[in-house]
Amino acid sequence: MSIISVRDLVVEYDGRRVLDGLNLDIEPGKITVLLGGSGSGKSTLLRQILGLEHPKSGSISIKGTDITTCSQADLKTLRRSVGVAFQSAALFNSLSLEENVALTLREHTALAPSVIDLIVWLKLAVVGLADFGKLHPQELSGGMKKRAAVARALAMDPEILVLDEPSAGLDPIVAAELDELIVFLKETFQITALVVTHEMHSAFRIADRIAMLFDGRFLAVGTKDEIRANQNPRVRQFLNRVSANPMHTPALASYLERYVQSQEAKP
Amino acid sequence: MIAYIAYLRRRAFYPCSMKAFADEPLWVRGGLMANFLENAGRETLSQLDYVGSLNIQLWATLRGMRAALPLVGNRLRWRAAVHQMLDIGVDALPMVALLATCSGFILAMQGASELRRFGALHYVIDLVALGFTRELGPLLTAVAVSGRSGSAFAAEIGTMKVTEEIDALKVMAFEPVEFVLAPKYLAALVAVPCLTIVSALFGILAGGLFMFFSTHLGLVLYFRYVLTSIALRDVVAGMIKSLAFATIITHVGCLEGLRVRGGPDAVGRSTTSAVVRSTFMVIVADAIFTTIFYFVGKA
Repeated sequence: MSIISVRDLVVEYDGRRVLDGLNLDIEPGKITVLLGGSGSGKSTLLRQILGLEHPKSGSISIKGTDITTCSQADLKTLRRSVGVAFQSAALFNSLSLEENVALTLREHTALAPSVIDLIVWLKLAVVGLADFGKLHPQELSGGMKKRAAVARALAMDPEILVLDEPSAGLDPIVAAELDELIVFLKETFQITALVVTHEMHSAFRIADRIAMLFDGRFLAVGTKDEIRANQNPRVRQFLNRVSANPMHTPALASYLERYVQSQEAKP
Repeated sequence: MIAYIAYLRRRAFYPCSMKAFADEPLWVRGGLMANFLENAGRETLSQLDYVGSLNIQLWATLRGMRAALPLVGNRLRWRAAVHQMLDIGVDALPMVALLATCSGFILAMQGASELRRFGALHYVIDLVALGFTRELGPLLTAVAVSGRSGSAFAAEIGTMKVTEEIDALKVMAFEPVEFVLAPKYLAALVAVPCLTIVSALFGILAGGLFMFFSTHLGLVLYFRYVLTSIALRDVVAGMIKSLAFATIITHVGCLEGLRVRGGPDAVGRSTTSAVVRSTFMVIVADAIFTTIFYFVGKA
């Protein structure tokens, strides 16, 4: 039984199809990595799964509730079991790190302030930021912000953890530390994680399953070994880090062709 | 005209078909008329969309306002509202007071230069008192708040949009309207009328100082004349205006922030747009209210 289920998902922006009939099942207690290049539709799929946008057609079920048709109240209830760390961290700049992590606990629970303080300290300690709780986001480095975002995502002990490009823009040591943290969380708390990334090394380090997106479609979905063994040229190109010949990009090739024709047609 | 309507109908039914336009009138084909009507239609729809969005946002904020109220609402939202009240009201106090004092002097001097010729200098008191209670107090305050706080709302919310903080609020099961907009609106509804009263007082005081220096009229006597010249309905009219202006400024600022798409440059544009649109709408609303009060007063 999958905890997140995507069925025939189609997303269009101004008539341009961004996601084209996607199907995906995310198993509980596993780390699923959404892998793909820039503009492949990873972030769009993530926003759909988080209920931030509505699809043109198709459905997304989280814990058996279809979030494309459910009420706002149901969506709110569902969201309390999902922790999200955004690519830009999206910490509230007007609040300190402690207040950022404590926000959902203060608003959604009736816990005593002393208990909340303790939970906040624990969450910050998990990501190695226990001594930085009084600082504001603008006083933190990029890596610290990302880790703080993970701490905030963990505040309510979510069943599902969603991480958007957690290691993008980080140095290799901090990125590796974050990978270790995600694996640790899965092994310790049996958390279900959906990680969006384009970092191959990180993806193969943490993933139980990998879904590879290209041009709004899944090229391959499977375990690490299945992805490694996949013979699809695009998958091979991605895995082997081979640069794409820009002349082979259909949109650019057709543009150049039209440009040459228009130049030839000129007197 | 009939040919043109027929052409528009074909265009509506076959927007992509060039065949549909093969027989379009010569004066229409690629002509100024078609462009003008298209642009006018597009702009009208865009403005209607804007006003519709403002109304939807206002309704949603009113529904979320309970959370920002003291005692019955959420303590954190009320605290945020108080913080906003200080920002909108107390911080703007010196600026609004200075603005009103200068305007009071200007109004009194301009009025005096004409009224003196008819030996009716004492009417300067009525002019300043009624002018500031009904009109200049609310308007000057609205212009000042629009420039200070309307732009700040747009910049703050626009930045939250760009940095995904609004999305973060949604996925953390918060309602952005209740979390961000409601405290601001509540704060503006309290702070703007208070500022309006301060503005009117300083404007009238400036008029009193002018009268003191030009005619040696004592300030106590001046304020006695002021109290006889204004009625309760003038004060109520000014307060109603100030509440309407607070609504316009807050919601235009917040909507401009929420409509930000893209990066920091879009935040800058939204800030400018918030000030321009809210000032424009405040003046239009002022004209409408003044017309209504004029006819109600006559009746």
